[in-house]
Amino acid sequence: MADHSTFVPAQNRSNVGLRILLWAILIAFAIWFLLPAYVVVGTSLKDLGEIRGGSLLALPHELNFTAWRHAWSEACIGVKCTGLEPYFWNSVIMAIPSVLLSTLLGALTGYALTKWRFRGANVVFALILFGCFVPFQVVILPMAQTLGKIGITNTVYGLILVHTVYGLAFTTLFFRNYYVTIPDELVRAATIDGAGFFTIFRRIILPLSPPIIVVSVIWQFTQIWNDFLFGASFTTGGAQPITVAMNNLVNTTTGVKQYNVDMAAALITAAPTLFVYIVAGRYFVRGLTAGSVKG
Amino acid sequence: MSRPQLKILDRVARVLPQIVVAPSFALILFFVYGFIIWTGYISLTKSKMLPNYNLIGFRPYERLFQMDRWSVALENLFIFGFLFIVIAIVIGCLLAILLDQKIRAEGAIRTIYLYPMAISFIITGTAWKWIMNPSLGLETVVRGWGWESFSFGWTNSETMAVYALVMAAVWQASGFVMALFLSALRSVDQDIIKAASLDGASPWKIYIRIILPSMRPVFMSAVVILAHLAIKSFDLVVALTGGGPGYASTLPANFMYEMTFRRNEIAVGAASAMIMLATVAAIMVPYLYSELRGKKHG
Repeated sequence: MADHSTFVPAQNRSNVGLRILLWAILIAFAIWFLLPAYVVVGTSLKDLGEIRGGSLLALPHELNFTAWRHAWSEACIGVKCTGLEPYFWNSVIMAIPSVLLSTLLGALTGYALTKWRFRGANVVFALILFGCFVPFQVVILPMAQTLGKIGITNTVYGLILVHTVYGLAFTTLFFRNYYVTIPDELVRAATIDGAGFFTIFRRIILPLSPPIIVVSVIWQFTQIWNDFLFGASFTTGGAQPITVAMNNLVNTTTGVKQYNVDMAAALITAAPTLFVYIVAGRYFVRGLTAGSVKG
Repeated sequence: MSRPQLKILDRVARVLPQIVVAPSFALILFFVYGFIIWTGYISLTKSKMLPNYNLIGFRPYERLFQMDRWSVALENLFIFGFLFIVIAIVIGCLLAILLDQKIRAEGAIRTIYLYPMAISFIITGTAWKWIMNPSLGLETVVRGWGWESFSFGWTNSETMAVYALVMAAVWQASGFVMALFLSALRSVDQDIIKAASLDGASPWKIYIRIILPSMRPVFMSAVVILAHLAIKSFDLVVALTGGGPGYASTLPANFMYEMTFRRNEIAVGAASAMIMLATVAAIMVPYLYSELRGKKHG
């Protein structure tokens, strides 16, 4: 301690300068990241006169939620003036079953691939894994045909099928990578005791799985809620998910352009995933990194 | 009586793992690989509004590469992809290193940097389009501050629209790169760092010589993920520039959608999708191969 104290003053001075620079950079980036959120929320609370007459960055004069109400229940999307509400529920009805189904299938597949390594399991996993990275443009056209043949084009059921299938690659990856870290001895011991495939899954694997289940559910929910490509390709009119409806609302050109309503609609669309992110951010980050650093 | 029955049950139990994997695997085989073959086949036909199953060879690909819209889309993808990857990695890496300096409010700052990743590209596009509004957006605000030549109406400019896409995409993804790098920084062996600093190495040197080189795998992952994001980019273009002005900022994914659903050029759309797939495969297959192999050996 004593010898160090002689260095402290000089070091401290340069450190203070560096510290200030560091904070300046961090804060500048924080402003850049927050700017769109600030502008969107601010604009959604102003009336049109205030938007035209004032600055983009000015605070709203009062908390005026008219635009929010309008975006939720009155705004015109195409020719129908129902607001975003029905499309919000479309997205909810679409997301819940696809999230649950793809997570369940992913868990079972990941478990079978890691703890019951049969011949060819690695090839099966590699083939599934590539499904994470296929550009969806290559499946859109056959998918449109197939949905038409089954008779579920332009329905929420069609989108549930699509999201379950293409989410499967990711959920399998999550669970497989998680189960690889569970010692095989646990399973082997249970097998010797006479426990079967599903008993081991229920009694041993599932109780260890909550963290990865949370990761998978959050990841899938975010992906499915935020999807635009599938929604825009396979649905029109009343069956659209909220992202597609929101985009149509913003681009509906009848009458005066209501920027405040556009921004309120954007907020409503973003709210569920933002809520999940704020409540369970830790798991969200883990999903992001698990989806990328794999093996 | 009960013996053969047991045997059957036994045999079922033995292949149960395969039975459980089968549905997922079958779904992927059909909906991914089957559909790729289907699209590949369609790209060799003269399908217009509806699929037509008579093969005509590579003519759709010839047509595709004669279209100006497609060469613009490819060129845009190159510019967009390159700038997006480089800038997002530089910013992400910088932020990760800065946040690694024992910052007091690290959790809060990280939350701010990463929230764009939780929202849809459609929202990002809508928000930035509003900020870049030529008459009511940021341009007017900054000019009001006295910087008269400030120009931020990028979405309406043929030359700048692609850079508007880069800006918004970097905004969305650099927090993610930061999270990747930060978790890698935290897993660097602390003993090596301690040893180096005892030997008198400056923090700067430790970063350049020890920490950054050890992060090469993460760096690779980041490049691959971002490249993959760039090739798939579709919704951001729809919401931010609409591919315009004209088709100045269109990307391959938007080209494919336009041909398939708006212009009744299904074969050309399928051909463009196959080119996209080939591009992704050229990046992903070697990467996945090395990742899976590396795991086995290491």
